[in-house]
Order: sequence, then structure tokens, then C-alpha cells
Amino acid sequence: MRVVVVGAGIVGAACARELARAGLAVTVLDRGGPAAGTTAHGEGNILVSDKGPGPELELAKLSRSLWPEILDGLPNAGGVEWDPKGGIVVATTPEGARELEKFAESQRAAGVTAEALDAASLAAAEPHLTREVTAAVHYPDDAQVQPSGAATALLSDALRHGADLRTGCELIGVRTHDGYPDGSRDGASGERGGASSVWSVSRADGNRLTGVRTSQGVIDADLVVNAAGPWSGEVAARLGAPIDVRPRRGEVLVTAPLPPTVFHKVYDADYVGAVGSGSQDLQASTVIESTGAGTILIGSSRRQVGFDDRIRPFVLAELARKALRLYPSLAGVQVMRAYGGFRPYVPDHLPVIGPDPRLPGLWHATGHEGAGIGLSVGTARLLRELVTGAVPSLDPEPFRAGRPAVLGADACEGAA
Amino acid sequence: MSPRIVPARTDAVRRRATPLTITVDGVPVPGADGQTVAGVLLAGGRLSWRSGPSGAPRGVFCGIGVCFDCLVTVNGERDVRACRRRACDGDVVTTQSREPGEER
Amino acid sequence: MTRNTDARARHTGGRPRHVVVVGAGPAGLAAAAAALRAGARVTLLDASDRPGGQYHRMLPAAYEAEDNGRLHHGWDDFERLRTHVQSHPRAEWWPDSAVWALERPDDTTSAPHVHVLRGPADGTERYRSVLTPDALVLATGAHDRVLPFPGWQLPGVFTAGAAQALAKGERVVVGDEVVVAGSGPFLLPVAASLLEAGSDVLEVLEANPASTVLRGWSRRPWELAAQSGKAAELAEYTGLLARHRVPYRLGRAVIEARGDGRVEEVVTARLTADWTPVPGTERTVPVDALCVTHGFSPQLELPVAAGCALSEGFVQVDDAQRTTAPGVYAAGEITGIAGAPAARAEGLLAGWTAAGGDPSDRTVRDVVRRRDRGRAFAARLAAAHPIGTGWPGWLRPDTLICRCEETDYRTLRAAAEDPATGAPRAVKLGTRAGLGPCQARMCGPAVADLCARRAPDSAPAHDGLAPDRSVPERAVPGLASASHHRRPVAQPIRLGELAASPGRPPEEEGEHTDER
Repeated sequence: MRVVVVGAGIVGAACARELARAGLAVTVLDRGGPAAGTTAHGEGNILVSDKGPGPELELAKLSRSLWPEILDGLPNAGGVEWDPKGGIVVATTPEGARELEKFAESQRAAGVTAEALDAASLAAAEPHLTREVTAAVHYPDDAQVQPSGAATALLSDALRHGADLRTGCELIGVRTHDGYPDGSRDGASGERGGASSVWSVSRADGNRLTGVRTSQGVIDADLVVNAAGPWSGEVAARLGAPIDVRPRRGEVLVTAPLPPTVFHKVYDADYVGAVGSGSQDLQASTVIESTGAGTILIGSSRRQVGFDDRIRPFVLAELARKALRLYPSLAGVQVMRAYGGFRPYVPDHLPVIGPDPRLPGLWHATGHEGAGIGLSVGTARLLRELVTGAVPSLDPEPFRAGRPAVLGADACEGAA
Repeated sequence: MSPRIVPARTDAVRRRATPLTITVDGVPVPGADGQTVAGVLLAGGRLSWRSGPSGAPRGVFCGIGVCFDCLVTVNGERDVRACRRRACDGDVVTTQSREPGEER
Repeated sequence: MTRNTDARARHTGGRPRHVVVVGAGPAGLAAAAAALRAGARVTLLDASDRPGGQYHRMLPAAYEAEDNGRLHHGWDDFERLRTHVQSHPRAEWWPDSAVWALERPDDTTSAPHVHVLRGPADGTERYRSVLTPDALVLATGAHDRVLPFPGWQLPGVFTAGAAQALAKGERVVVGDEVVVAGSGPFLLPVAASLLEAGSDVLEVLEANPASTVLRGWSRRPWELAAQSGKAAELAEYTGLLARHRVPYRLGRAVIEARGDGRVEEVVTARLTADWTPVPGTERTVPVDALCVTHGFSPQLELPVAAGCALSEGFVQVDDAQRTTAPGVYAAGEITGIAGAPAARAEGLLAGWTAAGGDPSDRTVRDVVRRRDRGRAFAARLAAAHPIGTGWPGWLRPDTLICRCEETDYRTLRAAAEDPATGAPRAVKLGTRAGLGPCQARMCGPAVADLCARRAPDSAPAHDGLAPDRSVPERAVPGLASASHHRRPVAQPIRLGELAASPGRPPEEEGEHTDER
């Protein structure tokens, strides 16, 4: 079976790796280079702490269990900078403390290790953290990677298992058994008007995907995996099967290198609320952590601004303010860089993993919002199991592409 | 065999030298009002004061605030470019290191 | 002229246009003067506490020097210009002002907002303000470009600009037994400064062979005559070198610096025309300092943040010094390395146009002519002093490429050659080259050059110019450019300063803000 994976970010790399290891002939294409988009602009979070009980937590737990064993087998795992440092979530208000304790209790019930820290153990774990903390919970399973290094390590492994990488290769459209439905070439046999509604209603084999048209020519494929992150909505539309994945902007501050000051991934408890929110306004919940190079990363904002990639000083200022609430002693630390990226956002906050009901041969692995680094390996494992017909490691149903939140209002009309 | 300052009394630009003193890791170093911290250190015969990630010594390289090799801590403020900050009498300068966990 | 253009320089509301000029070197100062002449209100800011930039770097006020001018060319004109601008009622001079961000406003036809930190360099409680000008003139200049070579991180190895800044700016001399090496006419004034301060300049090494330099300079000789100011200045330096019997050697370079904890000796070697070291021509020279420059890197983070298109590594400007970004003008070395006279002409034109002046106005014809001559000079300079493609020939596997993060050549090459890790951003994140405190200002061009020629899709053993990456440069919405000039935080800002609310800039003409 020939597979084209669209997107060489971490999700595409992880999927290519699993499918190549399953013996499929995989081609990864990306219009930029590997790990150039969302992957390179995140913090490298592998978290269970921010997820309440439910399907995403199950996927996070699967992913967390897979990471060490995958890295164990990678010859170039050094660049991954795997660091199972654990996370600490702190609340600074009485209400925050109640919410956090309730949340942690629900997580414990779902099998997450979540240890309440008293003031003394918190001070020992994070000596520079503010003492104005009303509750703190330690999540030993939270980990960190250097996301670009992780993605390229997974991709290298895929290439070692026979996958082919095409960079600077842009997906233009789809070829089906009947031809090119957008009428661009070979129109006589395949002309179907190009309207997505045609695809929404049709399940006929004639519509089965047989390849993709790219800027480097047609690539034969029995299966296409849309792993284009925030651009996967556009990719799906070019394939004639639109899905509702939108970009959601996030910014991160990077400080100058300094002596060890922050030892865990430390979050403000309102992080949980911001991830789950659909609000379009600026939200900033503090995530602070150090890197191996001695810098401190301060995240993270969430805004819905389309693909507007301007770095906005008011957003950076809000990140700084919130960080200083947790670590007042960082006030004199230099910020030397800021970066921003776009997370693939689905209105119901769940990833999309599985076949598209409208276009046989099209699969999706996208919509991970800010959790794609961590969830990439679990997503890829699940995808492989579904593609090869193996027993899935977890229930794929909540992630199915055919759910209304993914197909969007327009697409659903036809599918109904 | 080290950097030096042109003495004010023989300097063709005919200038004043109002003395000041800073301390560097606790040691007093004399300088002249108007000099940068890097200038005071160089004129005092010191070529390096910071160490890179491997611990190797570093000093001034670009001299105009671009390379960040001359970073020092001044009065408790980390990461001050010594080539750009004017020295003030009484400034307490401490040297910095990029080696993990090491700070003087 | 002033009366005629005052009208143009005014808003509909009768207020004069507000022009912000970033950088008070030859280009910025000229831009400020021209914008004032055209009737604008001008805010001139510079990171330094005195105007002049690198070219006219002034001695500190506290030195009370009676004859600062003897260290400079064109000092009297500079003094007149800066006095005029600094005392002008419609001008505000903001010293110690670091522009840490440019923010493109939602209204895409307006000039960017200028986010400024005012106070001592790298201070902790600097004053944050935001300027919202009608037009922005960027004149941020350039700094030395230094190619990596073994030992270049040793203390006692300085950029040529560092030696110059220390000598001109505070009378500090970097050493007594000095080699000046690299490429370009800037080697000469640096050697001259060292000689003036009593150092022994052992030799001046120009990496390009005589044939390249002569071919570049002798092209269209009538243009050189037109650049008489610059030519006289260069002639003066060569005279000084001759009087001090300093050898000026062409086709030779420093390929290594050695020493225990500091530079103690340098290894020089003859180069082929493309800068490949010729084995067997090495010589060891004991030194206590080395000054090196291979040309200049324009400081492009602000133009890039403003959204200005680049062309061949410089800001793209039209005949009136307009960039491709609305309301943004550029002048001086960021548009091409052409020296101070050309920078001044560009500045005059940029300031004039930014203030609403008509670039085809008869009164600026002479400026346009001088600017055009400056551009021709820049082309000649580039032809006479190119960077040869063979320079990696002096690298060793353990040679540091990124000084900040100590990324060596071996590591960089391995990352660039691997198809999975070889894309520019992945190389950067994987090797940390360019991610340290200088944010790729030093290693950026070298890393880009080395990665491009090690691209997986380039022909193996390719010795010539690096081919283009297969990755398209075309903008993809949401996919940030991997340019090493991209620094949204253009200067470091402390978290506490960032968290503080910016103060309101003065709205009224002529009002002066309190200095902090």
C-alpha cells in the first residue's frame, strides 16, 4: 500500500514512522522543510497534567507510555532532549485552589499520578517560586522534548524504514479513480464539478483516491494522511473534503541563559481553563520551564487571529506579567527572543484521527491544538492500528473525522 | 602586551580624565569617567571576564553591542553588555559564566 | 524650499508630520535634518548616548575633549549637522533609546509603532514608550561581518569595528603588536587608528588578491573620481601605512588564532582567488591582538520587523528611499554598504521624502546625484572585496561556528547533510547555532552559507556558490521565515520592563519628555 503523508511536522513524522515500520510505502511531503511550522514554534510539552478525564487524556497516557520506548530505539535520540522533569500546577487564589484540587482528584480517578504538595515540599521543589500559592499539585509524568529534534528523530527513523521525504513539495489536489475532480487535468474522465458536496454524499469506489497532485507532479497513493497541522483545513479543502481546523495563535518568550532557577514545568492553574476555552480574545496562562541550554521558556498565549503572524508587544507584556506573578525574582532577567506559532484548533478541542467518510483513502491526523508534540506518537500508533486493521490501543470513536465539529456546518449539510 | 588607554596628558585630543573606581568580583579597578565597563576592564589590562558554555574565556569581540560576548553583572543586573554600559563610580561588577550551575 | 514644502509636510489637521528616525549615524542624522527642513516634527533616537553612529563615534562628554575632531573625517560638517538637529525646536533627540520592537498596526497603510526602552544600556528600569509616527526612517547601520576561523573566540581577537570603537570612542587601544586582517577598505582606517594611538601594526592582510581588488576598483574609473571625498580619505590611510612601513598584503588571510586563554599568535596563509588557503604558505606571527573583518552585515531586524522586503541581503528601496513597507524609509548601510558620504545622501533623501517632500523637487537633485554615485560606489566596493566561496577551507571539524552556543563545524555539517534535519530551522534548533544571546547576529550569515552549500539536494562536492534550497522562499501564510535577521524582540528587554505599561509619548510639538 502506498501512503502519502502531508506534513513533515511532528504528527506527520510520527505517522510516517509508524506506517513505514508497518511495511507501507510512505512518502512524506511538505511545502516547507521538516519541523518548520507549528512543531518548531511550540515548547515541546508532553503533558498529562492539563487534561481532564476523557478521550484526550487516554491518548495522552498512551503517548506518554510510548515516548520512552520509541526514544530507546532511536540512534539519534540525543537531539530530542527528552526530560521527564515532571510538572507542577499551582493555584494562587482560594477559588483556584478548590478548582485545582477538584481537577486533580478527577484525574487521579482516571489513573493520573497527581500529588498534592504542601508549602515545604513546594519550596524545596521550586525554591524561586512565589510563596503566595494556595495549592500545588505535582505531576511526575509530565515531560519535555525539544520539539524540532523530536520530530526530526522520528522522521529519520521513518526514512531508515524506507520512507521517502519530499520537501518544497506542495499538495495541489487529489486524483481519484475517475480522474481529477477539480477538472485541472484529465478532465474528460474525472470531471465531477469539484464541489465538495459531491464528495460529501458519495461513497462510490469511483471516488476512491488514487494519488495526489503536487508541485512536483502526481504521486500515486492508496492512502493520504492529512497531518498538516493548522494548514490541514486547507489541505482537506484542496482534496475536496473540507474540515474545520483553524489556526490558533500562541506566543512564547525566551530568556537569556541563566543559572538553574526553574526545575519543573510550572503552570498557573488557569492553564486548564484557557486550553478548554473557545474564546477568541487573548488568553495567557503561565507555563514556565527551563531548557537544557539554560534559557527559560515563558508561555503561552492563545488568540484566534487567523494566520496573522505579527508578534504583538501587548501579548508579550501579558505573558511577562503573569510569569512574574509566579516568579517575581525573574523581573531582572533579559528576554532575548519571542516566537509565535499556530496551533491546529478544532472547535470541540479533540484531535481528528481516522478516515474521512467522504473521500475513501483520505485519513486525518490533526487538530491537536497545543498538545501535538506529546500526542503525536499515540496518534500515530492509533492511526497505524486503524489502517492495518489491528486492535486499537484505545477507542478511536471520539476522534473520528465524521463528527460535526470537524466537518463543520457546511460540510455536514451534505453528509446528513 | 595587553590593552591600554592612551594617557590623557599625552592624548592629542586634549581631554580630561576624571577618575572613578568600580569593583570587579570584589577587586577595585580604576577608570575614567565616560569609559564603558569594558573599556575600564581592558584599560586595566584584563582581556577576558566571561566564560562560554565550555568554560573557555571570553572578552570583548565586537565592541559595539552586537556579539554579547562581554556580558557582565552590574549592581546585580545580569547580562549587561560591558561595551555599551558607561561605568559609574562605585559600580559593583561581577563576572558571569555560561557553565551550567556556575555563577560567581 | 521650506515654505513650499511645509504645506506638504502637514497633516490635514494642520499638525506637522511626525517622522521618527532610528539611528543617529551619518544616514540618520542627515534624515533628521532633511525631515526638519521639509517641515516635519522629528524624533531622532539612538541606542548610544551621543549621536554620530559608528562612523562619527564621539568621545564621551565626560572626557571634555578639546579636539575630538582630529580622530575623524568630516568632523566640522558633522558637528554643524548634529548641533542643528539637536537644537531644532521641532526635533527631539532621544539618546540611550533601544528600539526593542516594531509593531505593524492593524491599519496596514500606516507606519509601524515604535516600541522604545529609554535608559542606560541593558538597564533594569528603563522607561518604556511607544511612538506612533506618520513615517519611520530606519538608519540602523551595519556591523562587522567576521567569518569563523579556528581560534576566533580567543580573547584578544577583536572585530575591526571593536578596535575602532574603543580607540575613537574612549581612547582604549586593543594591543601593541597587532595584525589587521580580512577584507575591504575598512581595514585601513582601523590600522590608522591603531597607529595613531601608538600601537605597532605588524601587517594588514586583504584576503582578495590584487587582481580582484584592481578589477573591482578600476571598473568605470570616472565614478571613483566622483567619490573624491572617500578616495582622498583612503589615500590618506595608505600614506599613513607607508610612512609607518606597515605591509599591506593582498591575497593573504589569518586562518587561525592560537594561544592559551588569549591570542598569542596567528597563522596566516596565502589564498587562491576564491579564498581557499594554499597549503605550504602558512606563516606564524606573534601578536597580542588581532583585528578582523570580512565586510559588513547590515542590521536588518527592524526592517524585517517592519515588513520591508529585502533584496540581495539589503533593504529594498526605490529611488526615493521608500521601502516596500507603508510609511517606512531606509537609508545608509542597511540598503547597501557604500560608506558615510553615500549614507548621508540617502539619509537626506529618505528624511525629505518621509516628511512629505517631493523627491523630484529641483532642490534635491544634487542629493539624488550623490546618492546615485554612492550606489555605484557600493557596487564597486562589492566587486573589489567579495567574500570568496573557498573560506570553509580554513575550518576544522572543531572550529566554533556559533560563538554563543559553541556549535562547531562538525555538528553543523552533520545536521545540514541529514535530509531529516537539514532544513534551516531544524538545523538551528537541533544544533543551537544562532540561538544564543547574540541571536545569530554573529554566526547567522556563516550558518546560512554553510547550510546552503550542504543542502541535501545540492550536488555533492559542490565547490562553487551555494545553490538555492529546494524549499521555496515564497511566503506561506502562518509559516514564519527562517531568516537569521528575524528578531521580533530586536533588543533584550527585561521581564520587569516588559511587564510595565508603556508611558504615553508626548503628543505636543516641541514638548520634551523627562529623561530617565
